[in-house]
Amino acid sequence: MSQLEFDRVSYQYPGEDSDIIDGLSFSVEPGSFHCIIGVSGCGKSTIFRMTNGLLQPKSGVIRVGGRPIGEQKHYCGYMPQKDLLFPWRTVGENLALPLEIIGGYSRAQQRELIDDALADVGLEGCRDKRPEELSGGMRQRAAFARTMLTGCDLLLLDEPFSALDFLTRISMQEWLLGQWEKHKKTILFITHDVEEAIFLSGSVLAVTETPIRALAEVPVPAAYPRTRECLARPDMVALREDLIGVLRRQVRS
Amino acid sequence: MRKANKGNLPALIFLFILLFLWQLGAMRVNAAYILPTPIQILQRLWELRGPLFTVHLPATMAVTGIGLLISIGLGLLLAVAMDWSPLLQKCLYPVVVASQTIPTTAIAPLFVLWFGYGIWSKVLVTVLITFFPITITVCDGFRAAKTEMGELLLTYGATKWDIFLKIKIPCALPYFFSAIKMAIPMSIIGAAIGEWLGSQSGLGYFSRRMMTQLDGAGVFAPIVLLSAVAMLVVALVGLLENKVVKWRGES
Repeated sequence: MSQLEFDRVSYQYPGEDSDIIDGLSFSVEPGSFHCIIGVSGCGKSTIFRMTNGLLQPKSGVIRVGGRPIGEQKHYCGYMPQKDLLFPWRTVGENLALPLEIIGGYSRAQQRELIDDALADVGLEGCRDKRPEELSGGMRQRAAFARTMLTGCDLLLLDEPFSALDFLTRISMQEWLLGQWEKHKKTILFITHDVEEAIFLSGSVLAVTETPIRALAEVPVPAAYPRTRECLARPDMVALREDLIGVLRRQVRS
Repeated sequence: MRKANKGNLPALIFLFILLFLWQLGAMRVNAAYILPTPIQILQRLWELRGPLFTVHLPATMAVTGIGLLISIGLGLLLAVAMDWSPLLQKCLYPVVVASQTIPTTAIAPLFVLWFGYGIWSKVLVTVLITFFPITITVCDGFRAAKTEMGELLLTYGATKWDIFLKIKIPCALPYFFSAIKMAIPMSIIGAAIGEWLGSQSGLGYFSRRMMTQLDGAGVFAPIVLLSAVAMLVVALVGLLENKVVKWRGES
């Protein structure tokens, strides 16, 4: 059974003439890591916003774990582009947000879960710090820990590293792969950076046209665990050039 | 903290120079019934300390306090209502703005006719000029809450109430304190205006009575007292704010 399944889903933004997503079907296997890649404004974020329930599809069904999302709560963890750590809460209090909203945790349980989550992302001892005391990479890791605390197996990451500088970004990519291998989550990751997509994905889902009618699945010929050296291999370089070509055609048209 | 104290000495010197110029100017004019010197005002304040501190200050503070509390309640209620429902906002906003176009001093004598010489006519004047900055500022505070933060909580399964508690209130808190600091002097002015127009006690009333006696220093003495109280209360609110609001307007 697939973790996430789109079944002929369409969406039209209010005030626009045509659908931005038109009869899209695709599915994602449990424990996989896919990047959705496409040019800006192509509608890839709309796919996420329908999956997490912020937007209602015009038609079609979205299933997570085999059941339509309308019937479920707390089925996916969503991490937006900005870290959105609340500046009036400490790092620990920020991590408590999903737990507070899902409810049913005692203070002591919350504290334990938060300490574990912080240790997991390498932020031990940051619980009582304020978000503005953390660096960009640390803030993203805190936001990731908060997403993990939703307890969901499906994680939707929307360009989480795009605001980071290059060196921080590549170390965060390596770190994210490590987290994924450790926790066996299903990750969908939006990016417009081809190299990032190739480095992270088992297979890349490329948006080749707007409106989106299908996602082109492009397998990445490299096994996990990966290091950045694999990006220099001829088949990987060829793949990168192919994908860039696909995206550029779309920009031109 | 040390940085904040650094500018204090020049500020004090500046204030002292201003007072000194006033003193010189007033001595030259030499007409204490219209332009008393600062020293004459302080002397008069000391002579009148009995009635001022035991009768008139408490009366004005009662009006200010009640008026301020009602204004905060009303202001917050309106702000929350306008944030909760766009329809309510459409209905209420013009009325709130219109209420501020009323020349309060002109209409206040009517309040005395409606509510009598008691405390409530003055409270009404106070509320009328105080609730507005609270409503508008707190409303802006709610609007400063980012929709992305609300959306993030929605993906966790949050209700509208969760978002109000966890995002809107913390976002509006710094605005709320700004509003209170604005409202305190305004409520004191409101109380004084109310007393000017019809009253048997209070610092506004006292100031007016001294005017009829052509006692310039006596007019100023209660005003100095009012300013001092306003500054003191604003400073106290500022201290409370520093305890409660640990962040301000970060990106």
